[in-house]
Amino acid sequence: MLKQVRRTFLLIKTMKILKIITAKFAKNDRIGYALVMPYIVHFCLFIAFPFGFCFVLLFHKWDIVSEMQWVGAGNFYHIFQDKLFFKAIRNTFTFLLVHIPLQIGIALFLAEMLNQKIKFRGFFRSVYFMPVVVSGVVITILWDQLYAQDTGVINMIFVQLGLPKMPWLTSPYLAMPSIAIMATWKNVGIYVVLFLVGLQNVPKQLYEAADLEGASHWYKFSRITLPMINPTMLMVVILSTINGFNLFIEPYVMTGGGPMNSTLSAVLYIYNQGFYFYHMGYAATLGFCFAAIVFLVVFLQRKLVEQKPLD
Amino acid sequence: MKKVIFYLSLLVWTILFIYPFLWMLSATIRPEQEIGGFNIIPSQITFESYAQVFAKIPIVRAFFNSLFVALTVTTGTLFLCSMIGYAIGRLQFLGRDIIFYLVLITMMLPLQIILIPLYILMVKLSWVNSYYSLIVPWTVSAIAIVMLRQYFQSIPRALIDAARIDGCSELRIIFHIVWPISVPALITVGIITFMTTWNEVLWPLIVIREHNLMTMPQLVTIFAVGGQAESLLGVQLAAATLLALPVIIAYTFFQKYFIESMATSGLK
Repeated sequence: MLKQVRRTFLLIKTMKILKIITAKFAKNDRIGYALVMPYIVHFCLFIAFPFGFCFVLLFHKWDIVSEMQWVGAGNFYHIFQDKLFFKAIRNTFTFLLVHIPLQIGIALFLAEMLNQKIKFRGFFRSVYFMPVVVSGVVITILWDQLYAQDTGVINMIFVQLGLPKMPWLTSPYLAMPSIAIMATWKNVGIYVVLFLVGLQNVPKQLYEAADLEGASHWYKFSRITLPMINPTMLMVVILSTINGFNLFIEPYVMTGGGPMNSTLSAVLYIYNQGFYFYHMGYAATLGFCFAAIVFLVVFLQRKLVEQKPLD
Repeated sequence: MKKVIFYLSLLVWTILFIYPFLWMLSATIRPEQEIGGFNIIPSQITFESYAQVFAKIPIVRAFFNSLFVALTVTTGTLFLCSMIGYAIGRLQFLGRDIIFYLVLITMMLPLQIILIPLYILMVKLSWVNSYYSLIVPWTVSAIAIVMLRQYFQSIPRALIDAARIDGCSELRIIFHIVWPISVPALITVGIITFMTTWNEVLWPLIVIREHNLMTMPQLVTIFAVGGQAESLLGVQLAAATLLALPVIIAYTFFQKYFIESMATSGLK
């Protein structure tokens, strides 16, 4: 009897304490939690769960329909012998090697031009930006025709200039660079705008001081402009790299990864393994490895491009 | 003289960016055998290519699918991410910073790692071949949260406190006080979200297999790749033009907003 009374008493007491705590807690925090609830749900369901499940897939063989099959490190063992995996990495680097310098060169050139005192700056800027807003599918279908070997406009211009017709998309050596050129044409507008903002933020006094000393154009560009827009440069390099590893629709529509797998990109290979062959475990492992490579490359680029601020 | 050369070179670049689009447009309104060559003035105008596109694929349906999906995702993102951004930026609660760090980390998460498991989740939820898979996972976006949070933090504290004293609920504060003065940020987030959703191809290709549910870019892709266009160039290009047209029209009217929004996010 006594025990029971005591127990009820204790229960009431703890409930009181709990009530005080929750009341205090709730007053300040309840609204905040309610408002971020969508994020927490979204995060758990669409980010944390897939991310966690990726680690399950890494060690399994699975075609969704039948039972999952434990293969241990089999997927990783397979990947290191997979010629196409390394081919996709090499192709991506080929893409980046053409894409990044071209992108930076053209974007910086156009931004420099637009940074002068000119009329119609807004017009030129919006023209250069136009391909950015148009879907990659459109650009790819269009350039597929422009690149055509016999009827394509580009080869016609080449013939007019007395140059031989180039097998833009049919040669394993040229196909990936061709895609990189097209991607540059599509994306350069963003980087023109980014560089333009960067250039406009360079203090005018620096140039005036250099002019007083009689510095050459090149000197001003290499010693003032380039260091000052270094953060923009880093951003352009990183964004282009991520774009390169996400390359999908261009090879998918134009070449299907060919000729001789020379345009097989990282995402296209994941897509083929996952949704053509239904090798879910292997495709997830590929995704994991590619993601690790993206991180590594971006990290190295940071170290390489990032400079200490000028004194 | 120097000026002439300067403007001339700008003009050359302009042609380089505009000419392909004009070429595409002209190729779609001329007879099939005339396509090719750089002449962009057709000798005779025919809409045969467009007629074939409309006859072969449900492109109008796809247009409305895309519009529905993109509008829903954009509206959802604006509402949800405003709430989340406001909570993270303007409210105090236990674990707020942890959530903000989570948002920042998810911004860096590469697509490759999520792709396959997310598809499997869609299969398990039986959201394959349904609008849900195109909408629900994309209504909360880390970039949108970060951008809105940043903008909301610049709003004077006195304004929000005054509303609170007047007895406004936090939801009312967000949508009646904060929203009207955050129009630039909302436009930016809106355009980015709409454009990414509208132009997305990979995800629809994975989760949608039924022709009637396909988004416009996906349908055009399948049309061009799948051999339905019977390697008729004019027809493929007509489909592509139909896909590009709404965006280009919107762009010509709101180019300033487009450029500012898409460049600030560094998005494609």
